[in-house]
Amino acid sequence: MGVATMDANNSSDTDKARREYLVFALGKEEYGIDILKVQEIRGYDAVTRLAKSPSFIKGVINLRGHIVPIVDMRIKFDVGNVIYNDFTVVIILNVLNRTVGMVVDGVSDVIELSGDDIRPAPEFGAVMNTNYIQGLGVVGERMIIMVDIEKLMSSDEMALMDAAVAANV
Amino acid sequence: MTFDMSQFHQVFFDETAEHLVNMESLLLAINVQQPESEDLNAIFRAAHSIKGGAATFGFSDLAELTHVLENLLDKVRKNELPLSRDIVDASLLSGDLLKEMLAFHRGDVPVDEARIAVLKQKLEQLSIAGHAVLPPPVAVAQPVAAAAPARLHIEIYPPIAMHVEELWQRLAALGSLQIMQAPDEQADPVIPALALLSTESPCDDVVEMLAFLLPPEAFKVVEDVTIEDDGVGFFSLPPIAPCGDIAFEEEGFGLFAPLPASQVASSGDIAFEEDGFGLFAPLPAAPADGKGDIAFEEDGFGLFTPLPTVVATAARITASVGAPAAAKEPARSEVRSAPAVVAGAGENSIRVSTDKVDLLLNLVGELVITQSMLMQYGSGLDSVEHENLLNSISLLQRNSRELQEAVMSIRMMPIAFVFNRFPRVVRDLAGKLDKQVELKMVGENTELDKGFIEKLSDPLTHLVRNSLDHGIESPEQRRAKGKKETGLLTLRAFHEGGSIVIEVTDDGAGLRRDKILSKARESALPVSDTMSDTEVWALIFEPGFSTAAEVTDVSGRGVGMDVVRKNIVAMGGRIDISSMVDIGTTMTIRLPLTLAIMDGMSIKIADETYVLPLNYILESLQPKPSEVKTIAGRGQVVSVRGEYLPIVSVAEYFSIDAPASQPDKSILIIVESSGQKVALMVDELLGQQQFVVKNLEANYRKVEGLSGATIMGDGRVALILDVAAIVRVNLQKAHGEILTAQLH
Repeated sequence: MGVATMDANNSSDTDKARREYLVFALGKEEYGIDILKVQEIRGYDAVTRLAKSPSFIKGVINLRGHIVPIVDMRIKFDVGNVIYNDFTVVIILNVLNRTVGMVVDGVSDVIELSGDDIRPAPEFGAVMNTNYIQGLGVVGERMIIMVDIEKLMSSDEMALMDAAVAANV
Repeated sequence: MTFDMSQFHQVFFDETAEHLVNMESLLLAINVQQPESEDLNAIFRAAHSIKGGAATFGFSDLAELTHVLENLLDKVRKNELPLSRDIVDASLLSGDLLKEMLAFHRGDVPVDEARIAVLKQKLEQLSIAGHAVLPPPVAVAQPVAAAAPARLHIEIYPPIAMHVEELWQRLAALGSLQIMQAPDEQADPVIPALALLSTESPCDDVVEMLAFLLPPEAFKVVEDVTIEDDGVGFFSLPPIAPCGDIAFEEEGFGLFAPLPASQVASSGDIAFEEDGFGLFAPLPAAPADGKGDIAFEEDGFGLFTPLPTVVATAARITASVGAPAAAKEPARSEVRSAPAVVAGAGENSIRVSTDKVDLLLNLVGELVITQSMLMQYGSGLDSVEHENLLNSISLLQRNSRELQEAVMSIRMMPIAFVFNRFPRVVRDLAGKLDKQVELKMVGENTELDKGFIEKLSDPLTHLVRNSLDHGIESPEQRRAKGKKETGLLTLRAFHEGGSIVIEVTDDGAGLRRDKILSKARESALPVSDTMSDTEVWALIFEPGFSTAAEVTDVSGRGVGMDVVRKNIVAMGGRIDISSMVDIGTTMTIRLPLTLAIMDGMSIKIADETYVLPLNYILESLQPKPSEVKTIAGRGQVVSVRGEYLPIVSVAEYFSIDAPASQPDKSILIIVESSGQKVALMVDELLGQQQFVVKNLEANYRKVEGLSGATIMGDGRVALILDVAAIVRVNLQKAHGEILTAQLH
């Protein structure tokens, strides 16, 4: 419980101001991330496989001259159908001065929420560890899981950064 | 008025560093017996520019030390003091301390105050010693001013930092001194000490001497001009002219605005500060009419306004000692133009941050990739129907290649930037070791990537120190061997193919095979007597290896050669040794020309493309089945001209999902890293070309076995193999297997 209250306090800092969140689907759950962290959304291109990497790191792509790693969240969290076709969506994120691509099941919409709309997350069984969950956003009937994407992407389990870099975060 | 100076600090640091380098190289090159006055002037100018900048930007520690140094150099330059080895040494030492101070202001460790104080004292002693030795210097330097003994009124305000008696004694050494009034600190207002000095020394010298001893606001020297002096009639000057230039110099440094026109007109002459940076407005035409009495000083800067020698009689810019604050204001407002002017005086170049250059380089890299994509698509088109398009594409190819070369050349700098420090290193070290060494540098203008320049200096310094310490023998030993007493150390740089080669050659004792082998056995390294010389020499790069009989403070601790090799390899280069007993040793460093672009061979394994840096590749071959042998527990080896090399399957290394291929059906690429040869097994060679190297860590992390990535002509990413790591891992694996085999 203590964790949840703390998260609620954090979100109250950004109260009143309404912010926009990008909502994507992963399995049956809907997740929201701060839209300012999103650089672009694109289709899935052929990746260059990286040896000696976890299976959810699909490889790297050439994004206008930058070498960008692609993470498949569906493999990472073991949900959804892992197929790659013309409808596969990659969200290119800009976190901690790095560019990372993340494959998800689909992108639905952009929603606007104020701090009040975000409730503290109870202990529940989402596919993601509650450490990365900021709270639950409620929009009408929908319930959206708010993710601290920076924290997630810099975490050890994503294996996207050298320990030294992640430690500086 | 507050004005943020910090934005100019970087410019000041860069320029000061340049001046210091310049000063040092001049000092090292100078002939102590017969110095060229041009060189002396150049050294003085360098010191002066540093002082000027330092004071303007508020680095008083730098300014103070340079001030003392400058005074000494000024005397030397004016022939008041003969140049001696002591002076050169002290000046070099000052240069070192200044460098350290500069590093401190850039965020390094502070400099030991005591060292500065000791040096300052030494410099002062050196410059005062000259006074005692030489006849009054006036006759040499400033003949006009020597016309008649001048009477100087000297006022010194308490608190006086030093003993008054001592001060009087020093003044008395310059001429006849008459003490008018003793100082009284208790009285209110304090009573200054007053004295009348009758001397042949110019007013400036007295002021300078006092400036050594006292803070500038604590004294005032006023000249009592004799009416008979010929200069005076012209100018109808007041009989008393303060010579406050020292104070002025402290505050203004030539950055102040030029004299207002009215003042120029009325006096008919501007007494320009002798060390005025050339930032002043040019001399007004007035002197040309014959009234203005300007005497050109023989050793003036040439570039700018000459010095008037009628120091005492000409109307001066009357910045009296009491008004330094007034000078400060214009100095600050004018500072904006200072760096530009100083830079303009030098080379025809601009300073650009490396980030901008790298960005440009990146963009050009992208352009080249886009162009090769176009090329690829274009090749599928009908050449008659699309003739114009195809012509344009090939034009684009030529242009983008030229653009790439031009941009690359921005990053290139002559290796002289590294070499230039060595005359000093060799001089100091040879002195310390009591050896006679001549340094020869060849090919200083060879250009290489700026990134290497910084990284090269440590390893090279280490090699040079090693050569001096272990390589070149003492004069007695050399004589006994029938060699010239003076050892020769050669630094040579040249281009060879796509790499730059840097050699450090000495004509010393050479490496001793037996010594190295016995030392290696002591350190439990796997050695045998049948090893080739190259293999034996490579042993000295092992960590903790030193054959020096005793550890000196120069070298011999055995940390170093392994670090040298590590640094060189990290730059994508390699280091080789060739040596002969009593003939000498040559250390050869080979580096790629640049970090950003690499020559590589693209290879195919299953359906994946990788790039192999060309500088590791020795050859590639398709072995006959009979040449491939399997060794129990150690995998397969291939026999290449009698040498058995381990085969490393790249597919296996990167766990590529593909049916295991047979060595005799694939291609083997023989690569060499740190003296170890390995045959890499790949499926196909695609071709050789230049690749723009991108690092993986920018958005991802380090992957073992990969040194980076590049973008191929079709826009896909190909990974660059880290051959050194692959060879190392293979070696460890082999050792590991031997160990396990022994254990069983």
